[in-house]
Amino acid sequence: MSSAYPVVQEHERSSQPQRVVNDFSIQIATVNGSGSQTANLVLLRSLLLMGVPVSGKNMFPSNIAGLPTWYTIRVSKDGYIGRKKEVDFLVAMNPETAKEDVLTLDPGAAVIYDEPLKLNALRDDLIFYPVPFDKLVAAVCPDAKLRRLVRNMIYDGVLAKLLDIDRALMEKALSKQLGKKAKAVTLNQGALTAGWDFAEANLTKRDRFHVEPMTEAVGKILIEGNAAAAIGCMMAGVTVVGWYPITPSSSLCESLIGYMKRYRVDKESGKATFAIVQAEDEIASLGMVLGAGWAGARSMTATAGPGISLMGEFAGLGYYMEAPGVIFDVQRVGPSTGLPTRTSQGDLLQVAFLSHGDTKHPMLFPCSVEECYTMAQEAFDIAEQFQTPVFVMMDLDLGMNSWMSEGLKYPDKPINRGKLLTPDVLKRVGQWGRYRDVDGDGIPYRTIPGDGMPAWFARGSGHNDKGQYSERPDDYVQNMDRLARKFETARQYVPKPVVDIVPDAKIGLIGFGTSHWAISESRDQLRAETDVKTSYLRLRGYPFNEELLKFIDAHERVYVVEQNRDAQMMQLIKLDIPPDRVSKMRSVLHYTGLPIDARSVSDDVLSHEGFEVAKKTDRVGGGMLGGE
Amino acid sequence: MATPLKVNRIGLEPQIYKGGKTTLCAGCGHNAISERIIDAFYEMGVDPSRVIKLSGIGCSSKSPAYFLGTSHGFNAVHGRMPSVATGAMMANKKLIAIGVSGDGDTGAIGIGQFVHLMRRNLPIIYIIEDNGCYGLTKGQFSPTADLGSTLKTGVVNDLPPIDTCALAIELGATFVARSFSGDKKQLLALLKAALAHNGTVMLDVLSPCVTFNDHEGSTKSYSYVKDHDDPVEEVTFVPFFEDIAVDYEPGTTQEVTMHDGSKLYLKKLEEHYDPTDKIAAIRRLHETARRGEFATGLIYIEPDRDDFLTLLNVVDEPLASLPLERVRPGPAALEEIMESLR
Repeated sequence: MSSAYPVVQEHERSSQPQRVVNDFSIQIATVNGSGSQTANLVLLRSLLLMGVPVSGKNMFPSNIAGLPTWYTIRVSKDGYIGRKKEVDFLVAMNPETAKEDVLTLDPGAAVIYDEPLKLNALRDDLIFYPVPFDKLVAAVCPDAKLRRLVRNMIYDGVLAKLLDIDRALMEKALSKQLGKKAKAVTLNQGALTAGWDFAEANLTKRDRFHVEPMTEAVGKILIEGNAAAAIGCMMAGVTVVGWYPITPSSSLCESLIGYMKRYRVDKESGKATFAIVQAEDEIASLGMVLGAGWAGARSMTATAGPGISLMGEFAGLGYYMEAPGVIFDVQRVGPSTGLPTRTSQGDLLQVAFLSHGDTKHPMLFPCSVEECYTMAQEAFDIAEQFQTPVFVMMDLDLGMNSWMSEGLKYPDKPINRGKLLTPDVLKRVGQWGRYRDVDGDGIPYRTIPGDGMPAWFARGSGHNDKGQYSERPDDYVQNMDRLARKFETARQYVPKPVVDIVPDAKIGLIGFGTSHWAISESRDQLRAETDVKTSYLRLRGYPFNEELLKFIDAHERVYVVEQNRDAQMMQLIKLDIPPDRVSKMRSVLHYTGLPIDARSVSDDVLSHEGFEVAKKTDRVGGGMLGGE
Repeated sequence: MATPLKVNRIGLEPQIYKGGKTTLCAGCGHNAISERIIDAFYEMGVDPSRVIKLSGIGCSSKSPAYFLGTSHGFNAVHGRMPSVATGAMMANKKLIAIGVSGDGDTGAIGIGQFVHLMRRNLPIIYIIEDNGCYGLTKGQFSPTADLGSTLKTGVVNDLPPIDTCALAIELGATFVARSFSGDKKQLLALLKAALAHNGTVMLDVLSPCVTFNDHEGSTKSYSYVKDHDDPVEEVTFVPFFEDIAVDYEPGTTQEVTMHDGSKLYLKKLEEHYDPTDKIAAIRRLHETARRGEFATGLIYIEPDRDDFLTLLNVVDEPLASLPLERVRPGPAALEEIMESLR
């Protein structure tokens, strides 16, 4: 069959210095703990300030200091902010990985390197720019102890000169990054200038890559998904947080603490309108969330896979005794400890059915920092409307990397606290029972301690519709069936999918979360390279609604793109669709721990479709064997 | 003419403080504890609509269904009631929390959460109904079973017990007491004092299991506990709302003023015991245990330390019911954040 299709050629990289503007990637290879993050973020922000669409991805080790780290900045005039596999411009600062970093580059790439590493001897098809970092830093930073920290700013200066980055904007970005630390600003500005001056005096531009100002990204913000989710929680009126530090979720609660201290302390009394506690573990975190939810607070926690595993028992309790709570799962690579600093969408099946017995939970799937913000707010509403734990499924790529975005918009509606029993409701419903399905949607009315309404006994053991202990078969079945009905109702209340139906497209792509960026770019690639047209449905919530089946029905073959080995989202879909549709379903899987990229999606789809595709492996991270 | 109903200081009848019919064994120590809880809450005039009753899993943890039937209850997962209670109290600081656990629920699976509850000094009355065994699973040893005590089957316990009182004092609990389910007077006085305390009350109540641990060879049987009960003082509690003067000979009694103004009179027995002296308290627990006895009474008290909710500096109103305008910052706040990100 494959012979019937054209062979896809890889893009040939011309060795001629043809000008490439605002469409390339920079990779900075350093050692973690060396202060490179400041230099990298300054570089990223200065590009954004020029109005150029950018994305930054940090590939870092699970370690405090001394292991290899790669930071990739993608500059894309077309606004593609997913990861790009190919590296066009390498800054080789780490002697440990420099050789392999250089050997894996495509011909025509440019390399800034620390002169003593003598990398230019390795290849003759690359453009090399040696920079004597130690000599330059010694001249601008008299204090030997600080040199390690400002040394990296030199490559920003060199890059600014070589790529035509506006130096004034880079200095503005630097001031923004370092804030009021005047001494640090001065030192780093010196290093930046030293880099620029060195490049101007000693380096001849020979590579193809250039930055030019654009209007596209003017006024956009740079924010990590964890911080955006935190702002969403604050705007949703969260009052109780129990959390336990775990990569990659810690910065969600840490940024929340920062924002709440600034914006949620009563001016008059100086007292907090929130309580945030670092718990003893993830089990206690969810215990606190459910206790607070039961007592009427908007409560949340954030964790990652190992924390999710620990929370299983409480998650089942929350489902069965029906307490609201919001859990952010910033997914990292499992199983077990896995790759703690790498990204994945591997917790879906675990979370969907977290806990023993017949248990299921609503999940939301934000793809952008904007959705981290809006879905955080929706999650609290859904949790209270449905009186159940709700999981917001983020990932490390979204949570910890800096993403450009439009400014976040102020919420345009009040919060929804769900069905709380009031004297009026009591009059209407007649006799109240905690678990009575008065409205036929499976959602009962609840009371909270201290509200003056009738009390009830919350329990994880079997109960009747009054909340009384019961082992009676009919009580058990009625309650379980009502819980199932409640879950059915949730289909219409979780965020609906975003659907783009392309006329004549035989192929449908289904994606969710951060895979969205690779999928969107891949659709353009497929159209440009092979004329393969695709429709696209981006899932935003679980349980799924009827649009999913309609989409599957409208296409001959449907690819579910996801970042795990076991096609977890496809498995969830298969449970939901009629058996005769199952044979249509295909998988595109990416589980290297690095964010999924468009090329991988396109190649995988094309090879399923019978095209011949040369497979390229991911180069980043090859040199990383842990320090143990 | 109907006789006037007996009511407490907030006008409620004793009936309001009762719970469902117990399903525990006849003679179970836990039932006696439930009765004392009912008495204490009634006599102290606690508003049951403000009370939350929490528990873990096990025989002891069933008991909140058998007292204060008009209060909200939460039967959580095994050993993890402390975190649920912590969340609930953060949500609403006006609530009065009583947690009932057992020696297995606390000492085994729950020891981690127990430790951190004690450290935080959360306002809660935490009761361990301590019978040294797992009743609900038919009598296995629990972590408070004493060295050398035996199961009904004759199996000997060869591991040292966890002394929850010594542990609680070490960890920072501010009201630590031990009592015996069969000692009505002492238990009631301690429970009423517990209601007057602000912070974590850890009350270990020896509560014999009549079915699995009341035999010869058990150190948690009715007869053993009765014979080896060594009170550190005689406790008299006078609530703030009762104007009662207690006369005592100088040097015989220690007076402790509680957070709400109530008074504790601790009459010394054969030797002087000062429950505000942490080191002496731990020494007394160890010495008594070495003799194979139980030190009972108020073992340790620190009446004035800030509780957890004070440390969190939360507003005076319950967080749970703050209106939207107090929990959603205005558009200017969001704009300020956005500007910082541009």
